[in-house]
Amino acid sequence: MSLKTEQVSAHAGHDDAPHEPVFSGERLARLERMYAEYPTKQALLLPALWMIQEARGWISEAAIGEVAAVLGLTPAYVKGVVTFYTMYHTHPVGRHFIQVCTTSPCGLCGAEDTMRALLQHTGCGELGATSPDGRFTVIEVECLGACGFATPVLIDDDFIESVTPETVPALLEGYR
Amino acid sequence: MGYPHPSHPKETPVLSKYFGDAEARTFDGWVKRGGYEGLRKALAMGPEAVIEEIKASGLRGRGGAGFPTGMKWSFMPKGDGKPHYLVCNADESEPGTFKDREIMRWTPHGLIEGCAVGAMAIGAERCYIYIRGEFTEPWRIMSKAVEEAYANGALGANVFGSGRRIDITLHRGAGAYICGEETAMMNSIEGRRGNPRIKPPFPAQAGLFAMPTTINNVETLAATPHILVHGAAWYKGLCLSNPKSTGTKLVSVCGHVLRPGNYEITMGTPMRELLYDMCGGMRPGRTLKAVIPGGSSVPIMTAEEAESALMDYEGLVEKGSMLGSAGMIVMDDTTDMVYQIWRLAKFYAHESCAQCTQCREGTAWTTRVMERILAGKGKEADFQLLLDLADNMTGKTICVLSDSCAAPVVSGIQKFRGEFEAYMSGARQPSLAGV
Repeated sequence: MSLKTEQVSAHAGHDDAPHEPVFSGERLARLERMYAEYPTKQALLLPALWMIQEARGWISEAAIGEVAAVLGLTPAYVKGVVTFYTMYHTHPVGRHFIQVCTTSPCGLCGAEDTMRALLQHTGCGELGATSPDGRFTVIEVECLGACGFATPVLIDDDFIESVTPETVPALLEGYR
Repeated sequence: MGYPHPSHPKETPVLSKYFGDAEARTFDGWVKRGGYEGLRKALAMGPEAVIEEIKASGLRGRGGAGFPTGMKWSFMPKGDGKPHYLVCNADESEPGTFKDREIMRWTPHGLIEGCAVGAMAIGAERCYIYIRGEFTEPWRIMSKAVEEAYANGALGANVFGSGRRIDITLHRGAGAYICGEETAMMNSIEGRRGNPRIKPPFPAQAGLFAMPTTINNVETLAATPHILVHGAAWYKGLCLSNPKSTGTKLVSVCGHVLRPGNYEITMGTPMRELLYDMCGGMRPGRTLKAVIPGGSSVPIMTAEEAESALMDYEGLVEKGSMLGSAGMIVMDDTTDMVYQIWRLAKFYAHESCAQCTQCREGTAWTTRVMERILAGKGKEADFQLLLDLADNMTGKTICVLSDSCAAPVVSGIQKFRGEFEAYMSGARQPSLAGV
């Protein structure tokens, strides 16, 4: 069985640029290979959304429309799923996306100070905002599952343990 | 071993023996260390005998519920002609817990082997390992190991020439604590919102894709090859207290101890030995105030309760708490308990899937009342309000997220009431701005 791609009309969203399809060529082939591992097309939704985010940095309304068409779902259904999971971005974010854990175990060990240092040194100023140079977005997340290594910080796909306010400036240097 | 620290003589390293040893990550390295012997043995024994051996070992679920693993496996129907599924829960997101992450980072083949043993035992040809989206490094390591396992015949259409097919698919989560709940996890794999399902039907009857399914935690599955290699009697013998709690347990210790990390203890080890010997005790000049022993969802223990507790399923129930996932959050005398309880409530309010009213409203309402208290605007009547809310949040929803929010609030009020009162009377300065 294969996944049929249909002509997808771009839905009006807060992105006005025409939508370049994500699922063509190698990415579509990858999705089709994955289909052998699941009994339903719908089960490909989370992996497909990850592929969109990897390719485009975020998941636009048009991309939601495209993935819905590819998997035989409605855009409303897909949007319901996208917005359930906190790691899918529904708007553009900075070049480097920083997630800092402030849940209780890390909070006990100074995570809030680390978070404030990240906001200050990135120039983001507040949580969820992107720095004026477009380089960073910082958000606070719940438990990253590395509580013995407070404070864990996820920058893009790099998982960094034991970050302190003192180590923040040098850490950010690695992300231009 | 107490990764990232050297092994302590009071530990019993079985699952953690090769933490920190990068060579153990490779297929050849794992085989050199005795790996895949358990799977070979399982294939020779056949499903029935494997289930009996696991039952006899006394192994219980390491994800939190503590349900006997062999019995869970035996609930799967036999000869029904339907596809069966094994789901490995690697969504580790219970605050305080970080053990499954190390299992995947250092001994990925140990987990693959355990998944293959479990799949064989329940008659499944496919296992999904659901790894939380934030675990980028474990994902990369597991992906590589699965590829290697296929290349070496440990997975695929004819596992080690046995004629059995076992496939493993890694499935990446996308940021939702609730997906660690087994029925929410099944929905998430199916491409749905991670809302828990009403039981019955239980997963063994109609689970993933409506087919018979078993869901086991990473640590549970990783233990099974060791049991098959060394025998159920050996595992059962790893017990210092109650015979219903056997084997070793990885305990993640975090918070105010000198050496936070993962310690592998024999069931029944006194918590005092774990805290003061293995973890090196409190920071200099500090004393123990409270412990949340089983991940954030279990009742808070006072220092006295903790210091006299035995670390197993029954030992912690006896002290009014639970072993849970054994993610131990340790708090010393500098800790503001009211603030910490608020932060936990905020966690649950954020992570509620919002399906059940008691949870959606209750977690948020509890958080707001706690904020009011921290802002110095609490009233005596707030105690009753919080306890009423907790009562309405316990045992009344589809899953236990809402119960988990209530547990630290109720135990916190019982055991640290004075700290709440200090905020209410103004004896303590507000720690949050006005609400």
